[in-house]
Amino acid sequence: MFDNLSEKLQRVFKNLRGEGRLTAENMDAALREIRVALLEADVNFRVVKQLIEAVKVKAMGEEVLQALSPSQQVIAIVRDELIKVLGSHESKLRFSNDPPSVFLIVGLQGSGKTTSTGKLARWLSKNGHRPLVVSVDIYRPAAREQLNVIAKQINIPIYFGAPGEALPVDLARSAKLEATNSGRDVLLVDTAGRLHIDDDLMGELQQLKELLGPVEILFVADAMTGQDAVKSAEEFHKRLGITGVILTKMDGDARGGAALSIRHVTGQPLKFVGVGEKPDAFEPFYPDRAASRILGMGDILSFIEKAEEFVDKKQAEQMQQKLMDNEFTLEDFRNQIRQMRKIGSLDSILKMMPQVGMLKELQNVKVDEGEMTRVVAIIDSMTPRERNNHMIINGNRRRRIAKGSGTSVQDVNQLLKQYTQTRKMMKSFSGGMLGGMLGGKSGGKMAGKLGKMKLPPGFGF
Amino acid sequence: MIQTLFGSVEQEPTLLEKLKSGVQKTRAGLVTRLEDALSGKKEIDADLLDELEYTLISADIGVSTTNEILDRIRERVDRKLIGDASELRSLIREQLLEILEGSERPMPHVFEPPAVVMVVGVNGAGKTTTIGKLASRFQGEGRSVLLCAADTFRAAAIEQLEVWGERTGTEVIRQKPGSDPSAVLFDALHAARARKVDYVIVDTAGRLQTKTNLMAELEKMRRTASRVIPDAPHEVLLVLDATTGQNGLEQARKFTESSGVTGIVLTKLDGTAKGGVVVAIARELRLPIRYIGVGEQAGDLLPFEAESFIASLFE
Ligand SMILES: Nc1nc2c(ncn2[C@@H]2O[C@H](COP(=O)(O)OP(=O)(O)OP(=O)(O)O)[C@@H](O)[C@H]2O)c(=O)[nH]1
Ligand SMILES: Nc1nc2c(ncn2[C@@H]2O[C@H](COP(=O)(O)OP(=O)(O)OP(=O)(O)O)[C@@H](O)[C@H]2O)c(=O)[nH]1
Ligand SMILES: [Mg+2]
Ligand SMILES: [Mg+2]
Repeated sequence: MFDNLSEKLQRVFKNLRGEGRLTAENMDAALREIRVALLEADVNFRVVKQLIEAVKVKAMGEEVLQALSPSQQVIAIVRDELIKVLGSHESKLRFSNDPPSVFLIVGLQGSGKTTSTGKLARWLSKNGHRPLVVSVDIYRPAAREQLNVIAKQINIPIYFGAPGEALPVDLARSAKLEATNSGRDVLLVDTAGRLHIDDDLMGELQQLKELLGPVEILFVADAMTGQDAVKSAEEFHKRLGITGVILTKMDGDARGGAALSIRHVTGQPLKFVGVGEKPDAFEPFYPDRAASRILGMGDILSFIEKAEEFVDKKQAEQMQQKLMDNEFTLEDFRNQIRQMRKIGSLDSILKMMPQVGMLKELQNVKVDEGEMTRVVAIIDSMTPRERNNHMIINGNRRRRIAKGSGTSVQDVNQLLKQYTQTRKMMKSFSGGMLGGMLGGKSGGKMAGKLGKMKLPPGFGF
Repeated sequence: MIQTLFGSVEQEPTLLEKLKSGVQKTRAGLVTRLEDALSGKKEIDADLLDELEYTLISADIGVSTTNEILDRIRERVDRKLIGDASELRSLIREQLLEILEGSERPMPHVFEPPAVVMVVGVNGAGKTTTIGKLASRFQGEGRSVLLCAADTFRAAAIEQLEVWGERTGTEVIRQKPGSDPSAVLFDALHAARARKVDYVIVDTAGRLQTKTNLMAELEKMRRTASRVIPDAPHEVLLVLDATTGQNGLEQARKFTESSGVTGIVLTKLDGTAKGGVVVAIARELRLPIRYIGVGEQAGDLLPFEAESFIASLFE
């Protein structure tokens, strides 16, 4: 199917290369193929429709990058949009000020709740927490025993219940008490699988929520889920107010379009993905990877990336010159951020960099997508003169910019600080400081290597 | 404040809420519109065909099967063979019936017991539960059953099957967790022979069809079975979760390749998912659908009926 699709698209490209702007006509073929790709990835029908409509509106009249055909450009726009909709790296979890923080794990039958409870417990303990787990699945045969076995495997304590504790609420209440008494800071509650239309069992979850006051209600969904994903996710969210999603079984070849559907109907972030049956097969969710997977156009996407890189390389060279001449403006800053977003998060960019010296430190800096969007919005609200000379941005202008971008003056101040710092940092990089930072005598050699290395777009040094 | 094509994502959940209710509204309106259309109040036009496309794709039938059906309808409309929408329902029904033809075949009778039934599928599809239900059904038909706990991998999988054994009064042949599944199978088949039971039902660990080593393990189990009982396994049931989307087709292909699937059990049809991917599977692989699962209790297993299945797609 993939071959087929890329062949089709190649044909589309050939016919359309060299047109300057996106029009209803030259976008049409690409959009049709994208629609099919999304549907085959199990993205909900309605979600696909809205997405396609919106892309059409957004892309119309846009200038086509010199290295891309209109179709490729449309695909790039769609992918960017998917990444945006899927959200940023959201593996952050909430914790209560008054421990234990209770996490309620919910979802349909067989989605992977019990397994994910174990994985999450392990992940938490690796990150300095002291979790306790409990299963309140009194229905499915050997469900509680299953969590018991897993807890032993990963060496995490479990509250297994006292004789006479037959109800989910009883088990949950005692488990919370046990967590408090034994100084456990997180309680993970594995619940029985249930259908979203099962009124009694959905009521039971609401009862548990009321009793436990969970800070996280994590909806566990199977990556292979089809069109029905919107219904179940929507209903679980309506009843419980889920706070995040764990997408399981991503180690297979399902395209995982359900991620988009679930995110769309609940608005809640995808936090983790399950990539196997073992307790360590658990990863943060990466929107960029998920988007490429949903589009299922591996080869085409990498082609587009290359093409974009080609375009960006020219820009990167210009950027370098600007830095030398001390002409790196806010406008350039914005371009850089835009380019960074195009190839994903700063995280993934940094992963491509050599892990030495100061760059190693940078690995630990988390930049979130929301932040980048805010920065771009602020710069968008400036006048060209302001962008070219940040020195003229006084208090009055700052207030105006904040208002125009829907942010606060503090946000604007912070951005300007960031910009001047970046400018300084990049200047020192380009001025050959890099070798020095890499340390000692070998520094020069390393810097030489770096110079030849293909640096990701947006890094003009 | 993050402006996406769907509106704002994080900072303004209200917009998302709005969109959400928008989806609901169209959905509610759609049913009525479709009913109007199908009760003959409307001519067949592009809008109606769009609605039909929505119905079929929403049932997970898939783009290509849906297109095939719609193309045939369009063709007949163009040739003026059908004019009003009331004929549409029977036409769609016909199309789907044609694809599902032969999918109603029951499990063939095995003249020389024990009949060996292997149950395979991806993780969490409902294999073990289905086995409990099958044991209960076969016993209800006056047959004797033996269960084989060949999922030695998943935590407490053996215990789960043992509970089903107790519930249905069926003996379970097991070994320690982590043992070779083929060894357990070997034991079970010998026990079945010695006890002269009618059916041996084999539970296997869930596995994604992309894991070649695990798929090879199923091939090995098949070989083991045929070494003990020449025609075994007589039936290989692929358990498919009705909520599964287009990946179901890949599951059917790969499991058929490695373990010679002879029939499908479609589980979790008591939810809102339609399980339409079996239409695509039937179209490509002509696999019969033996049973459907409609709940978590022993009695919640029904023979597949194409007619009512098709009717449920339009509910
Ligand atoms: N390959 C793979 N299998 C998974 C993953 N997560 C869970 N599983 C498997 O999926 C099956 C079901 O997982 P469970 O954790 O039992 O699911 P559950 O939601 O607790 O099921 P119920 O409690 O019966 O509703 C098991 O075979 C798990 O090993 C994953 O990320 N990848
Ligand atoms: N509502 C509903 N739930 C079902 C049905 N069949 C199975 N289940 C539930 O689905 C979950 C998974 O079922 P299992 O029988 O454990 O699935 P499995 O395929 O053996 O799972 P693994 O061995 O872990 O791969 C359990 O909670 C079952 O109770 C069904 O027809 N309807
Ligand atoms: Mg469970
Ligand atoms: Mg099982």
